[in-house]
Amino acid sequence: MPNKNTIVDVPTVNKIARLSRLDISEGNKESLTNDLNNILGFVAQLDEVDTSNVEPLASVTGHKLPLRNDDVNDGNIEHLVLKNAPESSSGFFVVPKVIE
Amino acid sequence: MNDTSTLKPGHIQGETGIWEMVIGLEIHAQISSKSKLFSGASASFGSEANRNVSLVDAAMPGMLPVINEFCVEQAVKTGLALNAKINNVSVFDRKNYFYADLPQGYQISQFTKPIVGEGEIIVDLDDGEQTTIGIERLHLEQDAGKSLHDQHPTKSYIDLNRTGVALMEIVSKPDIRSPQEAGAYVKKIRSILRYIGACDGNMEEGSLRADCNVSVRKSGEEFGTRCEIKNLNSIRFIIQAIQSEAERQVDILEEGGTIDQETRLFDTSTGETRSMRSKEDAHDYRYFPDPDLLPLEFTESWVQDIKEKLPELPDSLKKRLVKDFGITAYDASILVEEKDYVDFYQQAANGRDGKLTANWMITELFGALKKDNLSFSESPITSENLGELISLISNGTISGKIAKEVFSEMMKSKKSPSEIVKEKGLEQVSDDSEILKLIDQVISDNQDKVNEYLSGKDKLFGFFVGQVMKLSQGKANPGIVNKLLKEKLK
Repeated sequence: MPNKNTIVDVPTVNKIARLSRLDISEGNKESLTNDLNNILGFVAQLDEVDTSNVEPLASVTGHKLPLRNDDVNDGNIEHLVLKNAPESSSGFFVVPKVIE
Repeated sequence: MNDTSTLKPGHIQGETGIWEMVIGLEIHAQISSKSKLFSGASASFGSEANRNVSLVDAAMPGMLPVINEFCVEQAVKTGLALNAKINNVSVFDRKNYFYADLPQGYQISQFTKPIVGEGEIIVDLDDGEQTTIGIERLHLEQDAGKSLHDQHPTKSYIDLNRTGVALMEIVSKPDIRSPQEAGAYVKKIRSILRYIGACDGNMEEGSLRADCNVSVRKSGEEFGTRCEIKNLNSIRFIIQAIQSEAERQVDILEEGGTIDQETRLFDTSTGETRSMRSKEDAHDYRYFPDPDLLPLEFTESWVQDIKEKLPELPDSLKKRLVKDFGITAYDASILVEEKDYVDFYQQAANGRDGKLTANWMITELFGALKKDNLSFSESPITSENLGELISLISNGTISGKIAKEVFSEMMKSKKSPSEIVKEKGLEQVSDDSEILKLIDQVISDNQDKVNEYLSGKDKLFGFFVGQVMKLSQGKANPGIVNKLLKEKLK
């Protein structure tokens, strides 16, 4: 489907990819940009509805945000927390150096 | 360079004229809850690495955050204490960024609809002046984990114990005009938080830290471009960092440069700020409402219940101390700085001479603690014992001079003052006949001086008082000595 509206361009896709830490090959960028424009163009149809006087809908269930008491009833599971870590040492996750 | 001695705090004398600082603060205060904001793991400090981590904090798939009611209550309490608007409906948003100590890949925070809106507080400055600083907002958010970069040459070590601990971010309006005002503002916020028990205010452990937004302008001009100095954890550093950052900006502007809006770090070893993030990495947080959390709603009556339970706050307490105990506004402002001080003072001064108690507490006790390098909670002298000392002075049992001796003994031995007075036989002698005996002896020992005095050398009177006091080892009541000597030497 051809793009009627260009909502995002290649530099924007590059930026989103970098913010999301995604490595996208040069050859894929053009088609991804097209795909995104198609998706966004489809969703943009919603803009045709006037919602200026409508409050954002947080939930269709009518539930309220549940609250819990301030009790300590979790934790002490270092072994589970670290189980999937590629590397750990004396209870710490160990990752490539991230200092700037 | 022009003479800078007459510059007001917050003003910088440049080549092109006087520059003014514009400062806004973001204070991060850790809520004094037992468990985390959205999980039941412990929020305590100093545990083994990753011990206080639940699967929610570790961001395992399928985990759902459930909010801690106590934390919500502390945010509302703080909002009320900051005279701020409470928003009965607020929304949690995801603030997206990548860092190794943020397993979710986003921080749950509040962006467009915070729990607390605009407010204001009165800040006491060192010169006794007061100024009002506006509060822009207060919101709830999660703390991040901790990265250790010095354990290994090529690796970072990550501890998620702090991940998800509840923070309140208190954002001021850009109303602050000098580093000193910024320091006083943080002091006041810390004091309020401690009074209401929402945060322990411990800056060394990081329970309270501040980001400072600093820009400079010529008086009356528009705000300049600001820089943000991150994560300052002492009032002294806040003052130093703001001063040095403002001077840096003035230097750049006067050389014809422009200020880049950026995040900077304060290097405590050099006393200067340096750039923290390169521009290309400028953050784009892509906030959006957290689909895991419904809006946070509470009723007005719940807010009213909290309001009724609020303790007396420093400003009103200060007024009451001046009124009830007759002390100066300055002394009162020192005493209300910490809740512990004011509790101690009220116990010690209860039913006693308020001014005398304030003097002894502020001058003698604070001075002695400082000299011995003790914190207030480590004071060897209790409020009961200080109060008792005040009573002993007021009812004439001991003189002010002897009281100082008793006081230093109290600092050493922790004994009660009446015990010390008894053991050392320090009671003031107020009995006329005892004092008359001393006077008689002084007169017979110094007959020549008595003759000089009687022939008109009035100044010698002080000498006789001194001799009697000396003979009594300082214990004679000076008022009675004076009175009896006058009669005797007519």
